[in-house]
Amino acid sequence: MVLRLSDLSVTRRRRPVLHGVSLTLFPGEFVGLIGPNGAGKSSLMEAALGLIPFTGQSSLAQMPATDRARHAAYLPQAREIAWPVSVADLVALGRIPWPGGGRSGLDRIATDAAIARMGLEPFRKRTALRLSGGEQNRALIARALAQDTPLLIADEPIAGLDPAQQLACLRLFRELASEGRTVLASIHDLGLAARFCTRLVLLAGGHVLADGPVDAVLRDDLLRRAFGITVRRVETPDGPAILPL
Amino acid sequence: MRGLFLALAALVAALFVVSLLTGPAGLPATDSLRALALGGDGPLPIVMREIRLPRAILGLAVGAGLGLTGAALQGYLRNPLAEPGLIGISGMAALGAVIAIQTGLSMVAALALPLAALVGAAAGVALLVALAGPRGGSVTLILAGVAISALAGAGTALVLNLSPNPYAASEIVFWLMGSLADRSMLHVGLAVPPMALGAALVLSTRRALDALTLGEAAAQALGISGPSLRWRLVAGTALIVGPATAVAGAIGFVGLVVPHVLRPWVGARPSALLPASALGGAALLLASDIAVRLIVPDRDLKLGVLTAIVGAPLFLHLIWKTRSGGRV
Repeated sequence: MVLRLSDLSVTRRRRPVLHGVSLTLFPGEFVGLIGPNGAGKSSLMEAALGLIPFTGQSSLAQMPATDRARHAAYLPQAREIAWPVSVADLVALGRIPWPGGGRSGLDRIATDAAIARMGLEPFRKRTALRLSGGEQNRALIARALAQDTPLLIADEPIAGLDPAQQLACLRLFRELASEGRTVLASIHDLGLAARFCTRLVLLAGGHVLADGPVDAVLRDDLLRRAFGITVRRVETPDGPAILPL
Repeated sequence: MRGLFLALAALVAALFVVSLLTGPAGLPATDSLRALALGGDGPLPIVMREIRLPRAILGLAVGAGLGLTGAALQGYLRNPLAEPGLIGISGMAALGAVIAIQTGLSMVAALALPLAALVGAAAGVALLVALAGPRGGSVTLILAGVAISALAGAGTALVLNLSPNPYAASEIVFWLMGSLADRSMLHVGLAVPPMALGAALVLSTRRALDALTLGEAAAQALGISGPSLRWRLVAGTALIVGPATAVAGAIGFVGLVVPHVLRPWVGARPSALLPASALGGAALLLASDIAVRLIVPDRDLKLGVLTAIVGAPLFLHLIWKTRSGGRV
């Protein structure tokens, strides 16, 4: 078990955002968190990490701050880079929870591996703020990888990436899962989520509407209830394509 | 990077010595330094130990403190326009000093003025904690600081307004311009220990400030505690800025300009910018304090006036240079 949430509820400004969410993540899973805007996906991630007040239990939020940061890396939806630091320095920020302060040999190995994995070697010395939005996004994902945690929580990691980079990012997450790590990522593209995730969690109105294998979650009745849309599934040689109507 | 730190340290050391050797008495350099180190009879050791040494030490400490807190507040607020006066402590310290001058307290005892300024700074901290509370974010802190600065400014204006005679008023105005002239070892003893404690607190936030580069949520997820960081920054800044204002008056632009100039040289990392800005601030203030003694030795040019005259165009130049990039 990598993360266990039980009966998690979040209330923001007296408005219930999440209600009685229970969820357990295991090693080797790439869990796609899907649901309409405002369903509570980001709140679920923040509460699981203990960043916002909640009621109920989160195994992650119970940990001391440093242990938690060594257990779970978090990529927030707002992609902030406040200062014109180099890409290498930005990625090294992921080493802050570890002893060594980002400058030890182990830190350097983890940083270099994350840079290589995201294909950022040509950008190493470049100022992160001068990169394009998609390149910044990749640098921030590399930062989360450098944290070298069993669990990665990513809020809309592929938003703003070009198709090739979207595929590369999701392939990487799938690879991380096959290495025994766990990834929890909110994804809006149902087709990509269906292709790459090992498990989907459908969130709507602050409740978990469905949780399980892809086919069990992307059912017509559930999608209609959650999004108010119907979808058409087309089986292709490369996997299912899902077309919202 | 190491080269930058060595160069800055060498510059500070050189300026410290030049500051010791600069004065109206025009004493020979080797004799002065020997008198400073070994003592002896006559006026020379007294001039060096009681007049020039405290002035040089205060220039070093106040400059380093302003540079350090400026860099720390810019890092915390993720805003290159932040400066040490932002949280209102220096304004309240100035108000305390102004009240001491107005009431004549400053004439009663040598340390009455700086002590009154420290009381003002402490009142400012109490107000800040009451307004920004234990759970506010960085925006609450700025707003509270702006409100306290405005209040302190209004109080200072009121004291000037009600000033019974023009001498008190002019003394207040001149004090507000900031100066390191005629400070004693008592001032050093009063200001430097709390400033050292404050510097230790501020320097302990280096990693947290680095993490804040990624935003508050990501920093928190990296194991940084928001309330602890804010507490250390506010306490550290108050312990530096309060005593600095108490002994030197209001000295602007050092805390704003120095982190700006040095940021590109340290790869923009807040953790490296903090010590670099401390050295840079010390160098700038020591140089300015030497300049006020050399430019118009007989007119008592005020230190704060000079730092503003130098700092403001420098700042404009930086804005001009970074304008095309769209970001400061």
